[in-house]
Amino acid sequence: MLIKIAKPGDLRESDVTPESVYLSRRRFMGGVIGVGAGLALAGRAQAAASDYQDVPAGNPPDWFGPKLENAEWDSVVPADPKLDKLTPFEDATHYNNFYEFGTGKSDPARNADSLETQPWSVVIDGEVNNGGRFALEDIVKPSRLQERIYRLRCVEAWSMVIPWLGIPLGDVIQRAEPTSKAKYVKFETLVAPQQMPGQNSSFALIDWPYTEGLRMDEAMHPLAILGLGMYGRELPNQNGAPFRLIVPWKYGFKSIKSIVRISLVEQQPVNSWQAIAPNEYGFYANVNPQVDHPRWSQATERRLPNSLFNPNIIDTRMFNGYADEVASLYQGMDLRKNF
Amino acid sequence: MAMPRYTLTLWRIMVFIAALAPLGWWSYQVAINAAGPEPGRYLLLNIGQGILWMLLLTLSLTPLTKLTRWKGFTLIRRQLGLWTLAYAVLHLFCYAVFILGLDLSRLGSEIVRRPYIIVGMLALAGLIVMGVTSNKWSMRKLGKRWKTLHKIVYLVLGLGLLHFLWVVRADLEQWSLYAAVGALLMILRIPPIARQLPKFRQLIKRPHRAHA
Repeated sequence: MLIKIAKPGDLRESDVTPESVYLSRRRFMGGVIGVGAGLALAGRAQAAASDYQDVPAGNPPDWFGPKLENAEWDSVVPADPKLDKLTPFEDATHYNNFYEFGTGKSDPARNADSLETQPWSVVIDGEVNNGGRFALEDIVKPSRLQERIYRLRCVEAWSMVIPWLGIPLGDVIQRAEPTSKAKYVKFETLVAPQQMPGQNSSFALIDWPYTEGLRMDEAMHPLAILGLGMYGRELPNQNGAPFRLIVPWKYGFKSIKSIVRISLVEQQPVNSWQAIAPNEYGFYANVNPQVDHPRWSQATERRLPNSLFNPNIIDTRMFNGYADEVASLYQGMDLRKNF
Repeated sequence: MAMPRYTLTLWRIMVFIAALAPLGWWSYQVAINAAGPEPGRYLLLNIGQGILWMLLLTLSLTPLTKLTRWKGFTLIRRQLGLWTLAYAVLHLFCYAVFILGLDLSRLGSEIVRRPYIIVGMLALAGLIVMGVTSNKWSMRKLGKRWKTLHKIVYLVLGLGLLHFLWVVRADLEQWSLYAAVGALLMILRIPPIARQLPKFRQLIKRPHRAHA
Protein backbone atom coordinates (compact mmCIF):
# COMPACT_ATOMS: atom_id res chain seq x y z
CA MET A 1 0.00 0.00 0.00
CA LEU A 2 1.29 3.41 -0.90
CA ILE A 3 -0.81 5.23 1.63
CA LYS A 4 1.32 6.89 4.22
CA ILE A 5 -0.34 8.67 7.07
CA ALA A 6 1.96 11.20 8.62
CA LYS A 7 1.96 11.76 12.34
CA PRO A 8 0.35 14.92 13.67
CA GLY A 9 3.84 15.87 14.83
CA ASP A 10 4.76 16.55 11.24
CA LEU A 11 3.05 19.92 11.38
CA ARG A 12 6.21 21.54 12.53
CA GLU A 13 5.40 25.12 11.67
CA SER A 14 2.75 25.40 14.34
CA ASP A 15 4.99 23.65 16.84
CA VAL A 16 7.66 26.29 16.60
CA THR A 17 5.21 29.18 16.89
CA PRO A 18 5.95 30.85 20.22
CA GLU A 19 3.02 30.58 22.59
CA SER A 20 2.85 34.35 23.03
CA VAL A 21 2.42 34.83 19.33
CA TYR A 22 -0.14 32.06 19.21
CA LEU A 23 -2.18 33.57 22.03
CA SER A 24 -1.98 37.11 20.75
CA ARG A 25 -3.37 36.27 17.37
CA ARG A 26 -6.44 38.35 16.98
CA ARG A 27 -9.35 36.13 16.28
CA PHE A 28 -12.87 36.51 15.15
CA MET A 29 -15.27 35.24 17.79
CA GLY A 30 -18.32 37.39 17.25
CA GLY A 31 -21.66 35.63 17.61
CA VAL A 32 -20.76 32.69 15.45
CA ILE A 33 -18.71 30.72 17.93
CA GLY A 34 -20.80 28.84 20.47
CA VAL A 35 -20.26 28.81 24.22
CA GLY A 36 -18.40 25.52 24.33
CA ALA A 37 -15.91 26.51 21.68
CA GLY A 38 -15.78 29.96 23.17
CA LEU A 39 -14.58 28.56 26.50
CA ALA A 40 -12.00 26.41 24.84
CA LEU A 41 -10.66 29.40 23.00
CA ALA A 42 -11.13 31.89 25.81
CA GLY A 43 -7.49 32.90 25.74
CA ARG A 44 -7.79 34.18 22.23
CA ALA A 45 -11.36 35.33 22.51
CA GLN A 46 -10.19 37.92 24.97
CA ALA A 47 -7.60 39.24 22.59
CA ALA A 48 -8.11 42.58 20.91
CA ALA A 49 -10.63 43.26 18.15
CA SER A 50 -10.77 40.50 15.63
CA ASP A 51 -8.92 40.03 12.36
CA TYR A 52 -12.08 39.02 10.64
CA GLN A 53 -14.48 41.64 11.94
CA ASP A 54 -14.22 43.54 8.67
CA VAL A 55 -14.85 40.43 6.61
CA PRO A 56 -18.31 40.62 5.07
CA ALA A 57 -20.65 37.84 6.12
CA GLY A 58 -21.44 35.30 3.43
CA ASN A 59 -24.46 33.16 2.80
CA PRO A 60 -23.34 29.78 4.15
CA PRO A 61 -25.44 26.63 3.95
CA ASP A 62 -27.18 25.65 7.21
CA TRP A 63 -24.70 22.91 8.01
CA PHE A 64 -21.73 25.27 7.84
CA GLY A 65 -22.51 27.18 11.07
CA PRO A 66 -22.16 24.19 13.40
CA LYS A 67 -18.96 23.14 11.61
CA LEU A 68 -17.57 26.62 12.16
CA GLU A 69 -18.50 26.61 15.85
CA ASN A 70 -16.50 23.48 16.33
CA ALA A 71 -13.54 24.57 14.20
CA GLU A 72 -9.98 24.15 15.36
CA TRP A 73 -8.54 27.63 14.96
CA ASP A 74 -4.88 28.23 14.14
CA SER A 75 -4.30 24.56 13.44
CA VAL A 76 -1.30 25.49 11.30
CA VAL A 77 0.13 29.01 11.37
CA PRO A 78 3.27 30.54 9.83
CA ALA A 79 6.45 30.16 11.85
CA ASP A 80 7.09 33.86 11.39
CA PRO A 81 3.77 35.73 11.47
CA LYS A 82 5.55 39.05 11.03
CA LEU A 83 6.99 37.96 7.70
CA ASP A 84 3.86 36.09 6.66
CA LYS A 85 1.21 38.64 7.54
CA LEU A 86 -2.34 37.82 6.50
CA THR A 87 -3.29 39.23 3.13
CA PRO A 88 -6.33 41.53 3.51
CA PHE A 89 -9.61 39.78 2.68
CA GLU A 90 -10.38 42.38 0.02
CA ASP A 91 -7.19 41.53 -1.90
CA ALA A 92 -7.51 37.78 -1.46
CA THR A 93 -11.01 37.97 -2.96
CA HIS A 94 -10.42 40.48 -5.76
CA TYR A 95 -7.20 39.22 -7.27
CA ASN A 96 -7.89 35.70 -8.48
CA ASN A 97 -7.05 33.33 -11.25
CA PHE A 98 -10.26 31.42 -11.91
CA TYR A 99 -10.50 31.24 -15.68
CA GLU A 100 -14.01 29.82 -15.58
CA PHE A 101 -15.01 33.39 -14.75
CA GLY A 102 -12.63 35.25 -17.06
CA THR A 103 -8.89 35.62 -17.46
CA GLY A 104 -8.50 39.01 -15.77
CA LYS A 105 -7.56 39.06 -12.10
CA SER A 106 -10.69 41.00 -11.16
CA ASP A 107 -13.02 39.02 -13.45
CA PRO A 108 -13.79 36.24 -10.92
CA ALA A 109 -14.92 38.73 -8.25
CA ARG A 110 -17.10 40.43 -10.85
CA ASN A 111 -18.57 37.32 -12.47
CA ALA A 112 -18.67 34.55 -9.87
CA ASP A 113 -22.01 35.58 -8.34
CA SER A 114 -23.71 33.40 -10.93
CA LEU A 115 -22.18 30.23 -9.46
CA GLU A 116 -24.77 28.12 -7.64
CA THR A 117 -23.07 26.43 -4.70
CA GLN A 118 -26.08 25.11 -2.78
CA PRO A 119 -26.78 22.26 -2.96
CA TRP A 120 -23.43 20.84 -4.01
CA SER A 121 -22.52 17.25 -4.57
CA VAL A 122 -19.24 15.57 -5.35
CA VAL A 123 -18.62 12.31 -7.17
CA ILE A 124 -15.93 10.13 -5.66
CA ASP A 125 -15.09 7.32 -8.02
CA GLY A 126 -12.39 5.22 -9.63
CA GLU A 127 -10.26 2.83 -7.60
CA VAL A 128 -12.34 3.00 -4.42
CA ASN A 129 -14.61 0.58 -2.55
CA ASN A 130 -16.80 3.31 -1.16
CA GLY A 131 -17.52 5.58 -4.09
CA GLY A 132 -20.59 7.36 -5.32
CA ARG A 133 -22.16 10.77 -5.42
CA PHE A 134 -22.16 12.50 -2.05
CA ALA A 135 -23.73 15.68 -0.76
CA LEU A 136 -20.95 18.04 0.26
CA GLU A 137 -22.14 18.14 3.87
CA ASP A 138 -21.87 14.36 4.08
CA ILE A 139 -18.28 14.45 2.87
CA VAL A 140 -17.42 17.08 5.45
CA LYS A 141 -19.52 15.75 8.34
CA PRO A 142 -17.05 13.29 9.93
CA SER A 143 -14.16 15.79 9.95
CA ARG A 144 -13.54 18.80 12.10
CA LEU A 145 -12.89 22.09 10.29
CA GLN A 146 -9.35 23.28 10.81
CA GLU A 147 -7.90 26.69 10.20
CA ARG A 148 -4.69 26.56 8.20
CA ILE A 149 -2.83 29.78 7.58
CA TYR A 150 -0.80 29.00 4.47
CA ARG A 151 1.40 30.89 2.09
CA LEU A 152 -0.05 30.81 -1.42
CA ARG A 153 2.58 31.06 -4.16
CA CYS A 154 1.24 31.60 -7.65
CA VAL A 155 3.26 30.32 -10.59
CA GLU A 156 3.13 33.92 -11.84
CA ALA A 157 5.57 34.89 -9.06
CA TRP A 158 3.21 36.64 -6.68
CA SER A 159 2.14 35.35 -3.29
CA MET A 160 -0.33 35.88 -0.47
CA VAL A 161 -0.97 34.49 3.02
CA ILE A 162 -4.46 33.07 3.44
CA PRO A 163 -6.26 31.73 6.53
CA TRP A 164 -8.12 28.75 5.08
CA LEU A 165 -10.73 26.58 6.75
CA GLY A 166 -10.75 23.01 5.58
CA ILE A 167 -10.52 19.33 6.29
CA PRO A 168 -7.58 17.01 5.59
CA LEU A 169 -7.77 15.60 2.09
CA GLY A 170 -6.39 12.35 3.48
CA ASP A 171 -9.49 11.87 5.68
CA VAL A 172 -11.78 12.06 2.68
CA ILE A 173 -9.65 9.69 0.62
CA GLN A 174 -9.44 7.17 3.44
CA ARG A 175 -13.19 7.14 3.88
CA ALA A 176 -13.53 6.30 0.19
CA GLU A 177 -11.43 3.17 0.84
CA PRO A 178 -8.95 3.27 -2.04
CA THR A 179 -8.01 -0.02 -3.64
CA SER A 180 -4.40 -1.08 -4.08
CA LYS A 181 -4.56 0.22 -7.66
CA ALA A 182 -5.14 3.80 -6.53
CA LYS A 183 -1.87 5.56 -7.30
CA TYR A 184 -3.08 9.08 -8.10
CA VAL A 185 -5.95 11.38 -7.23
CA LYS A 186 -7.61 13.31 -10.02
CA PHE A 187 -9.81 16.36 -9.39
CA GLU A 188 -12.28 18.11 -11.68
CA THR A 189 -13.96 21.50 -11.51
CA LEU A 190 -17.61 22.07 -12.32
CA VAL A 191 -18.52 22.55 -15.98
CA ALA A 192 -21.54 24.87 -16.25
CA PRO A 193 -21.22 27.43 -19.04
CA GLN A 194 -24.47 29.14 -17.97
CA GLN A 195 -22.90 29.88 -14.59
CA MET A 196 -19.29 30.18 -15.70
CA PRO A 197 -18.94 32.73 -18.53
CA GLY A 198 -15.29 31.86 -19.14
CA GLN A 199 -16.35 28.41 -20.33
CA ASN A 200 -18.27 30.08 -23.16
CA SER A 201 -15.20 31.74 -24.63
CA SER A 202 -14.32 30.17 -27.94
CA PHE A 203 -10.78 31.52 -27.54
CA ALA A 204 -10.12 29.68 -24.28
CA LEU A 205 -7.21 27.26 -24.46
CA ILE A 206 -8.35 25.20 -21.46
CA ASP A 207 -10.20 22.03 -22.35
CA TRP A 208 -12.92 22.06 -19.64
CA PRO A 209 -13.28 20.66 -17.06
CA TYR A 210 -10.24 22.14 -15.37
CA THR A 211 -8.37 19.10 -14.11
CA GLU A 212 -5.69 18.60 -11.49
CA GLY A 213 -3.96 15.68 -9.90
CA LEU A 214 -1.79 14.57 -7.02
CA ARG A 215 0.27 11.49 -6.35
CA MET A 216 -1.32 9.36 -3.62
CA ASP A 217 1.33 10.17 -1.02
CA GLU A 218 1.01 13.89 -1.77
CA ALA A 219 -2.75 13.69 -1.37
CA MET A 220 -2.40 11.85 1.95
CA HIS A 221 0.04 14.42 3.31
CA PRO A 222 -1.47 16.23 6.30
CA LEU A 223 -0.72 19.66 4.83
CA ALA A 224 -3.00 18.96 1.85
CA ILE A 225 -6.55 20.04 2.66
CA LEU A 226 -9.92 20.40 1.04
CA GLY A 227 -10.96 23.99 1.68
CA LEU A 228 -14.47 25.12 2.59
CA GLY A 229 -13.81 28.54 4.01
CA MET A 230 -11.39 31.37 4.56
CA TYR A 231 -11.12 34.32 6.94
CA GLY A 232 -13.52 32.67 9.37
CA ARG A 233 -16.38 32.23 6.87
CA GLU A 234 -17.32 30.03 3.93
CA LEU A 235 -15.41 30.44 0.66
CA PRO A 236 -16.49 33.32 -1.55
CA ASN A 237 -17.45 32.04 -5.01
CA GLN A 238 -14.42 33.60 -6.70
CA ASN A 239 -12.13 31.68 -4.36
CA GLY A 240 -13.45 28.29 -5.41
CA ALA A 241 -16.64 27.83 -3.43
CA PRO A 242 -17.89 25.65 -2.03
CA PHE A 243 -15.13 23.04 -2.07
CA ARG A 244 -11.55 23.34 -3.28
CA LEU A 245 -8.11 21.88 -2.90
CA ILE A 246 -5.24 23.60 -1.09
CA VAL A 247 -1.71 22.22 -1.50
CA PRO A 248 0.52 24.91 -0.02
CA TRP A 249 3.89 23.60 -1.23
CA LYS A 250 2.80 23.67 -4.87
CA TYR A 251 2.07 26.53 -7.23
CA GLY A 252 -1.44 27.89 -6.86
CA PHE A 253 -2.83 26.36 -10.04
CA LYS A 254 -2.60 22.91 -8.42
CA SER A 255 -5.14 24.00 -5.82
CA ILE A 256 -8.17 23.36 -8.02
CA LYS A 257 -11.42 25.19 -7.25
CA SER A 258 -15.13 24.29 -7.12
CA ILE A 259 -14.50 20.55 -7.21
CA VAL A 260 -17.29 18.22 -8.38
CA ARG A 261 -15.31 15.05 -8.89
CA ILE A 262 -12.50 13.24 -7.11
CA SER A 263 -11.25 10.11 -8.86
CA LEU A 264 -8.71 7.66 -7.55
CA VAL A 265 -6.78 6.45 -10.57
CA GLU A 266 -3.90 4.20 -11.51
CA GLN A 267 -2.32 6.40 -14.19
CA GLN A 268 -0.85 9.83 -13.63
CA PRO A 269 -3.49 12.34 -14.73
CA VAL A 270 -2.68 15.18 -17.13
CA ASN A 271 -3.51 18.45 -15.41
CA SER A 272 -5.00 21.31 -17.44
CA TRP A 273 -1.96 23.56 -17.51
CA GLN A 274 0.32 20.71 -18.43
CA ALA A 275 -2.01 19.93 -21.32
CA ILE A 276 -1.82 23.52 -22.59
CA ALA A 277 1.93 24.08 -22.22
CA PRO A 278 3.88 21.00 -21.15
CA ASN A 279 7.18 22.86 -21.41
CA GLU A 280 5.99 25.47 -18.92
CA TYR A 281 3.84 23.58 -16.42
CA GLY A 282 4.46 20.11 -15.08
CA PHE A 283 2.47 17.61 -13.09
CA TYR A 284 4.31 18.23 -9.83
CA ALA A 285 4.50 22.04 -9.92
CA ASN A 286 6.30 22.14 -6.59
CA VAL A 287 7.37 25.65 -5.62
CA ASN A 288 11.07 25.66 -6.45
CA PRO A 289 13.22 28.81 -6.61
CA GLN A 290 15.91 26.94 -8.54
CA VAL A 291 13.75 25.92 -11.48
CA ASP A 292 12.59 28.91 -13.51
CA HIS A 293 9.44 29.15 -15.52
CA PRO A 294 10.65 29.47 -19.14
CA ARG A 295 9.33 33.04 -19.23
CA TRP A 296 10.27 34.31 -15.78
CA SER A 297 12.42 33.60 -12.78
CA GLN A 298 10.93 31.74 -9.82
CA ALA A 299 13.75 32.78 -7.47
CA THR A 300 11.72 35.60 -5.96
CA GLU A 301 8.08 36.51 -5.51
CA ARG A 302 6.06 39.67 -5.01
CA ARG A 303 4.21 39.40 -1.71
CA LEU A 304 0.85 41.10 -2.12
CA PRO A 305 -0.46 43.61 -1.55
CA ASN A 306 2.47 45.70 -2.66
CA SER A 307 2.76 49.31 -3.75
CA LEU A 308 4.50 51.32 -6.43
CA PHE A 309 7.12 52.40 -3.94
CA ASN A 310 7.64 48.96 -2.48
CA PRO A 311 7.22 46.02 -4.86
CA ASN A 312 7.72 43.82 -1.77
CA ILE A 313 9.95 41.30 -3.52
CA ILE A 314 11.02 38.44 -1.26
CA ASP A 315 13.01 35.26 -1.87
CA THR A 316 10.94 32.25 -2.80
CA ARG A 317 11.59 29.27 -0.53
CA MET A 318 11.95 25.64 -1.53
CA PHE A 319 8.53 23.96 -1.42
CA ASN A 320 7.14 27.38 -0.48
CA GLY A 321 8.75 27.09 2.95
CA TYR A 322 7.25 23.66 3.69
CA ALA A 323 10.41 21.70 2.86
CA ASP A 324 10.74 20.22 6.37
CA GLU A 325 7.31 18.67 5.98
CA VAL A 326 7.25 17.57 2.34
CA ALA A 327 10.81 17.27 0.97
CA SER A 328 10.90 13.57 1.87
CA LEU A 329 8.10 12.92 -0.64
CA TYR A 330 10.47 13.75 -3.46
CA GLN A 331 13.66 12.06 -2.29
CA GLY A 332 15.80 10.89 -5.17
CA MET A 333 13.66 12.67 -7.75
CA ASP A 334 15.17 15.06 -10.29
CA LEU A 335 13.04 18.13 -9.59
CA ARG A 336 14.42 19.85 -12.66
CA LYS A 337 12.94 17.13 -14.82
CA ASN A 338 9.82 16.65 -12.70
CA PHE A 339 8.99 20.35 -12.47
CA MET B 1 -10.93 70.23 -47.22
CA ALA B 2 -9.50 73.56 -46.24
CA MET B 3 -9.47 74.36 -42.56
CA PRO B 4 -8.27 77.35 -40.64
CA ARG B 5 -4.89 76.82 -39.07
CA TYR B 6 -6.16 77.23 -35.51
CA THR B 7 -8.59 74.33 -36.03
CA LEU B 8 -5.69 72.07 -36.90
CA THR B 9 -3.71 73.33 -33.92
CA LEU B 10 -6.70 72.64 -31.70
CA TRP B 11 -6.97 69.16 -33.23
CA ARG B 12 -3.34 68.41 -32.43
CA ILE B 13 -3.77 69.60 -28.85
CA MET B 14 -6.87 67.45 -28.49
CA VAL B 15 -4.98 64.41 -29.75
CA PHE B 16 -2.21 65.17 -27.27
CA ILE B 17 -4.68 65.33 -24.38
CA ALA B 18 -6.46 62.17 -25.53
CA ALA B 19 -3.18 60.26 -25.68
CA LEU B 20 -2.18 61.47 -22.23
CA ALA B 21 -5.57 60.77 -20.68
CA PRO B 22 -5.21 56.99 -20.20
CA LEU B 23 -1.98 57.49 -18.24
CA GLY B 24 -3.80 59.98 -16.04
CA TRP B 25 -6.72 57.63 -15.55
CA TRP B 26 -4.52 54.65 -14.60
CA SER B 27 -2.49 56.81 -12.21
CA TYR B 28 -5.71 58.01 -10.63
CA GLN B 29 -6.90 54.39 -10.20
CA VAL B 30 -3.62 53.58 -8.45
CA ALA B 31 -3.88 56.72 -6.30
CA ILE B 32 -7.37 55.85 -5.04
CA ASN B 33 -6.37 52.20 -4.43
CA ALA B 34 -8.69 50.91 -7.12
CA ALA B 35 -5.95 49.16 -9.09
CA GLY B 36 -5.87 46.02 -6.95
CA PRO B 37 -3.18 44.60 -4.70
CA GLU B 38 -0.48 44.81 -7.39
CA PRO B 39 -0.63 48.36 -8.80
CA GLY B 40 2.74 48.04 -10.55
CA ARG B 41 1.54 45.10 -12.60
CA TYR B 42 -1.73 46.93 -13.29
CA LEU B 43 0.24 49.81 -14.81
CA LEU B 44 2.58 47.45 -16.66
CA LEU B 45 -0.23 45.54 -18.37
CA ASN B 46 -2.43 48.53 -19.13
CA ILE B 47 0.41 50.55 -20.57
CA GLY B 48 1.43 47.49 -22.58
CA GLN B 49 -1.99 47.44 -24.21
CA GLY B 50 -1.73 51.20 -24.62
CA ILE B 51 1.37 50.69 -26.80
CA LEU B 52 -0.62 48.52 -29.18
CA TRP B 53 -3.46 51.04 -29.28
CA MET B 54 -1.06 53.85 -30.12
CA LEU B 55 0.74 51.76 -32.72
CA LEU B 56 -2.48 50.66 -34.41
CA LEU B 57 -3.83 54.22 -34.37
CA THR B 58 -0.59 55.46 -35.93
CA LEU B 59 -0.84 52.81 -38.63
CA SER B 60 -4.46 53.71 -39.36
CA LEU B 61 -3.55 57.28 -40.32
CA THR B 62 -2.33 56.49 -43.84
CA PRO B 63 -5.47 54.55 -44.85
CA LEU B 64 -7.63 57.22 -43.21
CA THR B 65 -5.87 59.96 -45.15
CA LYS B 66 -6.38 58.06 -48.37
CA LEU B 67 -10.01 57.59 -47.52
CA THR B 68 -10.76 61.16 -46.48
CA ARG B 69 -7.87 63.24 -47.78
CA TRP B 70 -8.07 65.14 -44.51
CA LYS B 71 -4.76 66.75 -43.68
CA GLY B 72 -5.42 66.40 -39.96
CA PHE B 73 -4.59 62.71 -39.97
CA THR B 74 -1.17 63.28 -41.49
CA LEU B 75 -0.50 66.07 -39.04
CA ILE B 76 -0.72 63.80 -35.99
CA ARG B 77 1.33 60.92 -37.38
CA ARG B 78 4.59 61.95 -35.75
CA GLN B 79 2.84 62.73 -32.49
CA LEU B 80 1.16 59.33 -32.27
CA GLY B 81 4.38 57.60 -33.26
CA LEU B 82 6.17 59.35 -30.43
CA TRP B 83 3.33 58.46 -28.05
CA THR B 84 3.84 54.82 -29.02
CA LEU B 85 7.51 55.17 -28.07
CA ALA B 86 6.65 56.96 -24.82
CA TYR B 87 4.22 54.20 -23.80
CA ALA B 88 6.83 51.56 -24.66
CA VAL B 89 9.49 53.27 -22.55
CA LEU B 90 7.03 53.52 -19.64
CA HIS B 91 6.16 49.83 -20.10
CA LEU B 92 9.83 48.85 -19.77
CA PHE B 93 10.19 51.22 -16.81
CA CYS B 94 7.25 49.51 -15.04
CA TYR B 95 8.78 46.10 -15.69
CA ALA B 96 12.20 47.13 -14.38
CA VAL B 97 10.88 48.91 -11.29
CA PHE B 98 7.71 47.06 -10.27
CA ILE B 99 8.45 43.52 -11.39
CA LEU B 100 12.22 43.29 -11.04
CA GLY B 101 12.47 45.77 -8.17
CA LEU B 102 15.18 47.70 -10.03
CA ASP B 103 17.55 44.75 -9.78
CA LEU B 104 19.41 45.73 -12.93
CA SER B 105 21.58 42.63 -12.99
CA ARG B 106 18.36 40.64 -13.21
CA LEU B 107 17.14 42.85 -16.02
CA GLY B 108 20.27 41.91 -17.95
CA SER B 109 19.87 38.19 -17.34
CA GLU B 110 16.12 38.28 -18.06
CA ILE B 111 16.66 40.03 -21.38
CA VAL B 112 19.12 37.36 -22.45
CA ARG B 113 17.09 34.41 -21.22
CA ARG B 114 13.45 35.14 -22.03
CA PRO B 115 12.50 35.13 -25.70
CA TYR B 116 9.40 37.26 -25.18
CA ILE B 117 11.47 39.93 -23.48
CA ILE B 118 14.08 39.84 -26.27
CA VAL B 119 11.27 40.33 -28.76
CA GLY B 120 9.84 43.20 -26.71
CA MET B 121 13.24 44.87 -26.47
CA LEU B 122 13.75 44.55 -30.24
CA ALA B 123 10.39 46.21 -30.82
CA LEU B 124 11.39 48.99 -28.43
CA ALA B 125 14.72 49.40 -30.26
CA GLY B 126 12.78 49.82 -33.51
CA LEU B 127 10.57 52.48 -31.93
CA ILE B 128 13.63 54.31 -30.60
CA VAL B 129 15.27 54.34 -34.04
CA MET B 130 12.10 55.84 -35.52
CA GLY B 131 11.72 58.23 -32.62
CA VAL B 132 15.20 59.76 -32.88
CA THR B 133 14.86 60.12 -36.67
CA SER B 134 11.41 61.67 -36.49
CA ASN B 135 12.70 65.27 -36.70
CA LYS B 136 12.98 67.43 -39.83
CA TRP B 137 16.76 67.42 -39.74
CA SER B 138 16.86 63.59 -39.92
CA MET B 139 14.30 63.57 -42.71
CA ARG B 140 16.44 65.93 -44.78
CA LYS B 141 19.64 64.11 -43.96
CA LEU B 142 18.25 60.65 -44.76
CA GLY B 143 16.32 61.71 -47.84
CA LYS B 144 14.77 58.74 -49.60
CA ARG B 145 16.20 56.32 -47.08
CA TRP B 146 14.01 57.88 -44.34
CA LYS B 147 10.89 56.28 -45.72
CA THR B 148 12.61 52.91 -46.04
CA LEU B 149 13.93 53.16 -42.50
CA HIS B 150 10.50 53.93 -41.10
CA LYS B 151 9.09 50.82 -42.71
CA ILE B 152 10.41 49.03 -39.60
CA VAL B 153 7.14 50.09 -38.02
CA TYR B 154 5.66 46.97 -39.66
CA LEU B 155 8.35 44.85 -38.04
CA VAL B 156 7.60 46.55 -34.70
CA LEU B 157 3.92 45.63 -35.05
CA GLY B 158 4.82 41.99 -35.69
CA LEU B 159 7.24 41.86 -32.78
CA GLY B 160 4.77 43.60 -30.49
CA LEU B 161 2.02 41.12 -31.31
CA LEU B 162 4.42 38.21 -30.84
CA HIS B 163 5.51 39.61 -27.47
CA PHE B 164 1.87 39.88 -26.40
CA LEU B 165 1.03 36.40 -27.72
CA TRP B 166 3.74 34.89 -25.51
CA VAL B 167 2.34 36.65 -22.45
CA VAL B 168 -1.19 35.35 -23.04
CA ARG B 169 -1.77 32.29 -20.91
CA ALA B 170 -5.15 30.83 -21.65
CA ASP B 171 -7.46 33.05 -23.65
CA LEU B 172 -6.63 34.43 -27.06
CA GLU B 173 -9.68 36.64 -27.47
CA GLN B 174 -8.04 39.96 -26.71
CA TRP B 175 -4.91 39.13 -28.62
CA SER B 176 -6.94 38.03 -31.62
CA LEU B 177 -8.68 41.40 -31.72
CA TYR B 178 -5.40 43.31 -31.80
CA ALA B 179 -3.98 40.93 -34.37
CA ALA B 180 -7.09 41.25 -36.54
CA VAL B 181 -6.95 45.06 -36.52
CA GLY B 182 -3.22 44.91 -37.27
CA ALA B 183 -3.83 42.51 -40.14
CA LEU B 184 -6.58 44.73 -41.55
CA LEU B 185 -4.29 47.76 -41.50
CA MET B 186 -1.63 45.74 -43.31
CA ILE B 187 -4.11 44.53 -45.91
CA LEU B 188 -5.13 48.14 -46.61
CA ARG B 189 -1.51 48.78 -47.58
CA ILE B 190 -1.36 46.14 -50.29
CA PRO B 191 -1.03 48.32 -53.44
CA PRO B 192 -4.12 47.10 -55.38
CA ILE B 193 -6.26 47.52 -52.27
CA ALA B 194 -4.64 50.79 -51.25
CA ARG B 195 -5.48 52.17 -54.70
CA GLN B 196 -9.16 51.48 -54.10
CA LEU B 197 -9.32 53.63 -50.96
CA PRO B 198 -9.64 57.01 -52.75
CA LYS B 199 -12.46 55.53 -54.85
CA PHE B 200 -14.36 54.81 -51.65
CA ARG B 201 -14.09 58.50 -50.93
CA GLN B 202 -15.85 59.23 -54.20
CA LEU B 203 -18.58 56.80 -53.24
CA ILE B 204 -19.08 58.49 -49.92
CA LYS B 205 -19.08 61.94 -51.46
CA ARG B 206 -21.41 61.35 -54.38
CA PRO B 207 -24.69 61.25 -52.44
CA HIS B 208 -23.79 64.58 -50.84
CA ARG B 209 -23.36 66.11 -54.25
CA ALA B 210 -26.70 64.81 -55.35
CA HIS B 211 -28.30 66.65 -52.49
CA ALA B 212 -26.51 69.86 -53.28
